[in-house]
Amino acid sequence: MQPTAPRGKLKVFLGYAAGVGKTYQMLSEAQELKRKGLDVVIGYFEPHGRPDTIARTEGLETIPRRRIEYRGAVFEEMNTAAILARRPGVCVVDEFPHTNVPGSERVKRWQDVDLLLDAGIDVLTTMNIQHLESLNDHVWQISGVRVRETIPDWVVQQADQVVMVDLAPEALLNRLLRGVVYTPEKAKRALENFFRESTLVALRELALRQTAHEVEARQDRLNLQQGAGSEPPAPSEAGETPAPRVDRILIHVTQDPSTAMVIRRGKRVADYLHADCFAVAVHKLGSPESIPAGERDALERHLNFARNLHIEARLLQGEDVAETLLEFARLNGVTQLFLARPVEHRAGAFLRRNLVHQVVALAADMQVTIVAERKRG
Amino acid sequence: METRRPTPEEMLRLCEAEEDGQSRGRLKVFLGYASGVGKSFRMFDEGRRRKERGEDVVIGAIQPKTSGEVAEIIQKIEVVPLRHVDGSPVMDIPALLARHPGVCLVDGLAYDNPVRPRDPFKPVSHNSSRWEDVRDLLAAGVSVITTINIQYIAELRERVETLTHKHVGQTVPRNFLYNADEIVVVDAPPDATFQGFGSTGEEDAVRARRLSELREIALLLAADVVDRQLESYLRRNGLSTTLGAQERILVCVTPRANARPMIESGRRNADRFHGELIVAYVRQPDLRPEDQAALDGHLAVARAARAQIEILDGDEAVEAILDFARERGVTQIFVGHSLQKGWLRRLRGSHVDRIIRGADGMDVRVFPH
Repeated sequence: MQPTAPRGKLKVFLGYAAGVGKTYQMLSEAQELKRKGLDVVIGYFEPHGRPDTIARTEGLETIPRRRIEYRGAVFEEMNTAAILARRPGVCVVDEFPHTNVPGSERVKRWQDVDLLLDAGIDVLTTMNIQHLESLNDHVWQISGVRVRETIPDWVVQQADQVVMVDLAPEALLNRLLRGVVYTPEKAKRALENFFRESTLVALRELALRQTAHEVEARQDRLNLQQGAGSEPPAPSEAGETPAPRVDRILIHVTQDPSTAMVIRRGKRVADYLHADCFAVAVHKLGSPESIPAGERDALERHLNFARNLHIEARLLQGEDVAETLLEFARLNGVTQLFLARPVEHRAGAFLRRNLVHQVVALAADMQVTIVAERKRG
Repeated sequence: METRRPTPEEMLRLCEAEEDGQSRGRLKVFLGYASGVGKSFRMFDEGRRRKERGEDVVIGAIQPKTSGEVAEIIQKIEVVPLRHVDGSPVMDIPALLARHPGVCLVDGLAYDNPVRPRDPFKPVSHNSSRWEDVRDLLAAGVSVITTINIQYIAELRERVETLTHKHVGQTVPRNFLYNADEIVVVDAPPDATFQGFGSTGEEDAVRARRLSELREIALLLAADVVDRQLESYLRRNGLSTTLGAQERILVCVTPRANARPMIESGRRNADRFHGELIVAYVRQPDLRPEDQAALDGHLAVARAARAQIEILDGDEAVEAILDFARERGVTQIFVGHSLQKGWLRRLRGSHVDRIIRGADGMDVRVFPH
């Protein structure tokens, strides 16, 4: 055990679709690091049958994958234990948001990466923008695809560096048509969802803005660490902006499926505003055991979803939802409440509309944001 | 960044321009935020690949200093040499137009062509800037691939200079890049942060900070260009306009509204998201003088906050706001409500209530007054 090793550094190669060249660029950098004398291994690499990319692995040591049997089939996953035993300086790990097959020690690959970093190993990894949790609804709106394999934003925020791997959509479509990215059948299917031109352009814009945000957030963090000695941040293009005040956001959690969207949205706004973020569910029965199982499971699921995104979440007991929410909000200095917009045709819409009205009427000292479900264009 | 989304009329004009511009060349720009990130290599490498695929590629301009990798590629592509005017090199536009290749590679878009001694009786035979040369090539149907650093974009120059403390003379207007068919960010962040495994000195830290700010500016500029492409694509195909990633905040003001906190919050949110801020007012007939004065005050606050101001017309205020918001791809509507006695009873069917119910796919943020 070497508990004193400083945590490894994490670098994320961010793209907006398969085939933009993330893995290629990551491997090129790995080769460069090896040339500089660092001890580089490949922990996981997905060749996708692309010869150019495969050629970039030449001369790099690969840690053999681990085989796991699940329901009669054999799956291959990254062998984290073997990498830890080998203890390289730098490890290449493709497909950061990957979900491990059941029976693996950890559910998500990013959790494996976390272990490598803890052991002081630097990690290079790849991901596409559509896997970022807070953009899930937006990506669905753009592409019609509900991405299931997501990665919480804070995991990416912890990376030391996020680099955008950019390629013009036209060039990407060319590659797809030339069969560089996928096999012909898969390419045909891809053209119907993520690879429609408008979808690619929209995803690309998301990725560019997200990368800019990641760059800015790291800079803010550094400026904060370096404290008073550093130069003041440059004023924005057209002069000063009002001094920021501290925002605190409270998200109302219910059992309704729309809650996931409100949580993502509220958390995203909180991240951009550097605001604290809480999530609260209110039930007239305060202890989870006494709440009917169906309701309780849905509430717990949503509260846990919030916790996974690093939101402080809890269940409160209260007869009157609006009053309980606002009391909690006042006690905690909340400046902004996030609620779901009632969907007119859904059961309980009348009650929830009432809730929105009550909260708005009671919130004399804070802003209330009503979040509508995003629609497919 | 003050990027304004074009109005539908402007978009229509753009689309029409695009349609009769079928024979125009395409402009592709490799955008970097510092020298040495590899823009030139990416450009020449693309030229080489296109040539291998059978396109007619020539080089129109090379930087005086090139890396070994680049020099190797250049040997494989035809070069139309720079010509000298009064001893200074400029791109040889007459020769390029005569040669009329499919694609022309122009390394270094920001370049001032030498100014000739002013002789009012002689017509000037060349443009004063290289981007104008490129514009001429495009107009003649030659596609251009080019490179530029963020510091040479006219509207960003001042801001970049405060970071780099370096003055640059030659610039390219931002609008020229906004009209590019493709823009690619060459985002290879400074080595020091990741590969500096040991500790880095104060100087490195300052340099890293400067580079990361330049990087952010470059990424956002590219995002703005991409946003425009998306808009024009969607308009051309008659699709919904809400796919963009840019946050657009619409603050609704009335004479009686407590507008300042809403506008200030809108500004702060727009800055944080690098989005757009719009302040809208629905015109009402026969305003009393004190209401008119209050409204003028609100609009002055909006102007000071660098908001776009929109005066909407419509018999029905709520509908006018919602139509406008949908049209412009607004993502957040800010509205105020006044807390008066019996407010709850009167909320149902109120403006705020109707905006909430009508704002499909948008957030509505209600501000207490």
